[in-house]
Amino acid sequence: MAGTAWSLDQSTVVAAAEGAPRHAALVRVTHWLTALCFLALLVSGLEIVVSHPRFYWGESGNVLTPALFSFPIPSSRATVPTGYGYVLPDQNGWSRALHFQSAWVLVLTGALYVIWGVVSGHFRKHLLPDASDRSLRAFSLALGRHLRFARPAAADAWSYNLVQRLTYILVIFVLFPLVIWTGLAMSPAFVSAVPSTVTWLGGRQSARTLHFLLTVSLVAFLLVHVAMVWLAGFGTRVMAMITGAPAPTRGPE
Amino acid sequence: MSAISRRKMITRGLAAAAGLSGLAAAGRIADRYGLLPPDHGGIYGPGETLTYAAQRLITRHSLAREFDRSQISNPPFANEIAPPSDLFKRLQAGGFKDWRLSVEGLVSQPASLSLDDVRRFPVRRQITEIACEEGWSYVAEWAGAPLADVLHAAGILPQARYVVYFSIEKGWWESIDMADALHPQTLLAYAMNDGDLPPAFGGPLRLRVPRQLGYKSVKFINRLAVTDSLKQFGKGLGSASPEGGYAWYAGI
Repeated sequence: MAGTAWSLDQSTVVAAAEGAPRHAALVRVTHWLTALCFLALLVSGLEIVVSHPRFYWGESGNVLTPALFSFPIPSSRATVPTGYGYVLPDQNGWSRALHFQSAWVLVLTGALYVIWGVVSGHFRKHLLPDASDRSLRAFSLALGRHLRFARPAAADAWSYNLVQRLTYILVIFVLFPLVIWTGLAMSPAFVSAVPSTVTWLGGRQSARTLHFLLTVSLVAFLLVHVAMVWLAGFGTRVMAMITGAPAPTRGPE
Repeated sequence: MSAISRRKMITRGLAAAAGLSGLAAAGRIADRYGLLPPDHGGIYGPGETLTYAAQRLITRHSLAREFDRSQISNPPFANEIAPPSDLFKRLQAGGFKDWRLSVEGLVSQPASLSLDDVRRFPVRRQITEIACEEGWSYVAEWAGAPLADVLHAAGILPQARYVVYFSIEKGWWESIDMADALHPQTLLAYAMNDGDLPPAFGGPLRLRVPRQLGYKSVKFINRLAVTDSLKQFGKGLGSASPEGGYAWYAGI
């Protein structure tokens, strides 16, 4: 057992060596603001989907056109043929207001985080894989460790491993920008100023469908993320993201 | 220790005060440049204001997307929500000959126009998309008189800031700012896809506002009011939508 790599002494040594909180204050604040906004966007977004639980591809789509896929749920609109004999109450008013307000907070928070991440070197130091890790071999090794749920090395309590780094890069620099883009592509005013926002995606309904699928992938990330935090020690990891205090890691019992 | 936390508290208090007065000043400036929507109050006011202000700054002269004839949706979706009133049915029975569109408020020559009067304005045809806040959409060709032409004919007074428009069906009304009212694609539409605009789609007269969601394109228009303030209309939130919990500005 790699007990030596997981002992209290070593992590204390690492903590002393770093002399800094596990997560910088800006990371902690933007992390929780983003989490809060994401949950608000998710709930309000699902409410909006309930008013038309059908998805299409291309430019136009409505109940008279075939759906790419649809959900067998009741709708909050009587015009949608759901097969149910009842219509759910309309929740789109507050849902839309909450959706767009949360989107603004998320975008501004994200912009602050990205600017800070570049300026402070956070991305270079903590997210960009080390030069030695930039190979397919290193990645498959790390992924294998990850999938076997191998115990993390002591250093993992203080920095991200390769799989984490690549996942966070994917979420921060690919999934979030795409979900924002596809959201903007549904704004009739925004696309009047920047038509390529929607034409590059193949049309308004494609943008809506992609917006939904990207949300599904972000939810998948969230579930895996929370599961991993749970496996790594929920209390200590969550406290580290709230107070920044180093995790008092315990030996493997 | 206590000196530091006191200093911290004073700094934070000052920062908060500066933030609040900054916000108030930003609000006044936004209002002066027409960047404050009428429904800017309430917990979702900041989001509505940010969206409206940001989009007004980038969309002042932008045109809604127009499409090829091949992209017209066949069939289009009427989205009929309520059956027409008896008053509407009576006018429909008479071939809409007695339909009147009143133009009132801050205009030098208030008018009451028949459908033929509206048809005498130069016609604009455009193939645009109507997108519902629920998520569905269709593309159609609309033809009609640009709202700007009708307003200019009535003589818009310089203090005009909004145009309020009413459906013949009770409780159905909206308003737009002058940027959208005078926009070349904002039409008093009376025709659709090479025919008269069918009542299911808002005929005989629908205001098409293609840079905003479908709910701003009110059906069965019979009254336009030019105004400098939305306070005296309904609950003063700008239109029926915010009274029902929806955003006044639907450019999203």
